[in-house]
Amino acid sequence: MKDPITGAEALMRSLENEGVDVLFGYPGGAIMPSFDALYDHKKKLNHILVRHEQAAAHAAQGYARVSGKVGCCIVTSGPGVTNTITGIADAMMDSTPLVVIAGQVGAAFLGSDAFQEVDLVGVTQPITKWAYQIRRPEDVAWAVSRAFYIAKSGRPGPVVLDFAKNAQVGTCEYEPQHIDFIRSYVPVPEMDTDAVQVAADMINASRRPLVLVGQGVELGGAQKELVDFLEKIDAPAGCTLLGLSALASDHPLNMGMLGMHGSLASNVKTQECDLLIAVGMRFDDRITGKLSTYATQAKKIHFDIDPSEINKNVKVDLAVLGDCKETLAAVTEMVSKKSHREWIDSFAPFKEKEQKMVIDKEVYPTEGPIKMGEVVNCVTEETGNKAILVTDVGQNQMMAARYFKFTQKRSIVTSGGMGTMGFGIPAAIGATFGAPERDVCLFLGDGGMQMTIQEFGTIMEQQAPVKIILLNNNYLGNVRQWQAMFFNRRYSFTPMTNPDFEKIASAYNIPCQTVVDRKDLKDAVKKMMATKGPYLLQVAVEEEGNVLPMCEPGHDVDDMTMEFK
Amino acid sequence: MEQNNRTLYTILVFSENLAGLLNQITAVFTRRQVNIESLNVSASSIKGVHKYTITCYSDKETVDKITRQIEKKIDVLQANYFTDDEIFIEECGLIKISTPVMLENPQVSRYIRIHDANIVEVNPTYSIITKNGLTEDIESLYHALRDCGCVLQYVRSGRIAITKSCIEHLTEYLSEREQKYMASK
Repeated sequence: MKDPITGAEALMRSLENEGVDVLFGYPGGAIMPSFDALYDHKKKLNHILVRHEQAAAHAAQGYARVSGKVGCCIVTSGPGVTNTITGIADAMMDSTPLVVIAGQVGAAFLGSDAFQEVDLVGVTQPITKWAYQIRRPEDVAWAVSRAFYIAKSGRPGPVVLDFAKNAQVGTCEYEPQHIDFIRSYVPVPEMDTDAVQVAADMINASRRPLVLVGQGVELGGAQKELVDFLEKIDAPAGCTLLGLSALASDHPLNMGMLGMHGSLASNVKTQECDLLIAVGMRFDDRITGKLSTYATQAKKIHFDIDPSEINKNVKVDLAVLGDCKETLAAVTEMVSKKSHREWIDSFAPFKEKEQKMVIDKEVYPTEGPIKMGEVVNCVTEETGNKAILVTDVGQNQMMAARYFKFTQKRSIVTSGGMGTMGFGIPAAIGATFGAPERDVCLFLGDGGMQMTIQEFGTIMEQQAPVKIILLNNNYLGNVRQWQAMFFNRRYSFTPMTNPDFEKIASAYNIPCQTVVDRKDLKDAVKKMMATKGPYLLQVAVEEEGNVLPMCEPGHDVDDMTMEFK
Repeated sequence: MEQNNRTLYTILVFSENLAGLLNQITAVFTRRQVNIESLNVSASSIKGVHKYTITCYSDKETVDKITRQIEKKIDVLQANYFTDDEIFIEECGLIKISTPVMLENPQVSRYIRIHDANIVEVNPTYSIITKNGLTEDIESLYHALRDCGCVLQYVRSGRIAITKSCIEHLTEYLSEREQKYMASK
């Protein structure tokens, strides 16, 4: 008979068994037995102490997004875990594999409103792939294995384990588990070769195909299959925000980002193509604009792993279910080699129009205050377009998405579906652990920065090499832009009274520089990238800068505002 | 049955017997603001598998999305939706009536006979009638008795349903899943 061990110790062994190497967390009453066990495992399980539990969840997201592994956090019951809720919901929206382990009061106290008790499974059910309460030590190995299997398989997502204190201190015999089958759960629908054949026929018959690239391509590791497919059928492609690094920015068939602040060409051509081929994306309203007029002229094929996404927002003519790594390869095999020169060339006038009306002014201005776009461009050039981009939410995010360039897969970490301000700093910390060999550049605004600014403490302690580029316009810029455009310039609570960010950074021993003049920008970026470890570059950007072009809410996707004064 | 151009759909859900699933299933309706008309949860013919019979008024597009979002839940085995012609349906009504009124008014026992209902309890104060069948049959008896002024209490169960198909989809699905998994090992 094996020696019995505590449930807390079983948790540590189970995590090691799942290949976990980094945990983001924060201790507290109901999770103390597990932190006590962690003390003996800290060599293998590198625990990163954050300064607020929300950051633990976002850091785990950043880690997962760049590494492709499951992000893991460990927090206490009650307020500890309710602080992670935003991150859990964010991970659900953006299909990020996450396992959140939370302490819970002992099983005997459940339902009694005990100290720091919250009905965690009840609270998190709608925003998780799976939420489970562990009440007995002998269930730990099973629950942890099942949690990791569910989080990472199929369409990934967050899982919550609610770990009752009695199950942490109670003992059991530990037997490692390896769950890779749940009879009620089909992570990857089987590929239907008939559907693939129909898709191939539709693609062969198409004269103006347009491919929409979503994060599914990154999650499925199908970046190469995508390029093979695009090049064989010679089809132009647009990327969603989360799909931006699934296809190299400089690939000749890449027509830029889709949707609200996407490229004019990709949006206009959405309304002109005869076949829309969506791969691993979910037709978010930020992509489609007005649904009733969206690409009504085109036949549509939807490649996706999740059957509930089919026809959810946009009705399609054909669904090809399955893992896009497999389905893209299969359809590439079946289609004939094509050339769509004329169709591809028809994008050029719209690219030129956008270049002239928007990009030249935003990225290459010669006078006036510094523009957000030129800062992004300066940073991406300095990194040789090889860095990981992390963003917060708002104008900084859209500018970074528009002007940062990607040459490597899994290079963008941003809060897409939820649009979580405060995501940036912790997610960037997580990204440095998920891809320690790569540069991590974080763009954020003065608003979002202050939502999780306490994580400067984590950056300091870990010397996490995050290059923080603060685009400071002393406004909640995106809301201010909408107020200017849609609310008659009534700037209701968007002007910010900001602290001296340099002083804050120096209090945390983070080297810092502020740029006010255009002529100093390039050298400052060079200096930042050459500095080892964390760095804060504050850039005073145009106060009332706007993100353009813009497909205004409720407008047809090709109806883009190019100028706003 | 139709109501404001909406059809009454019956959704049959099979799930593992784990705590909290009912919440997850009803939450899908709540998010889409669809009211559940009736809901029944019971054991099924397969050990450890629970069966939910849920009815709601909806259009086909919405009920289709609801069903797929239910099926997406990790511990849900299968979810399908049906119209009334695809299933056998049964409900049960219980009516408590006043015995003195029943004895005074011969119409009461006539209605019970016509509706093919059963009297399962008689005492000097009250009697209890049970009636199985479709909603309309049970409601019809209730309305008749109510008009006689004898009803003390009335309750009607949720719908339960069994498919008319000759194939037992769930059983086949489960054995297929197990076989495929074994083959992959």
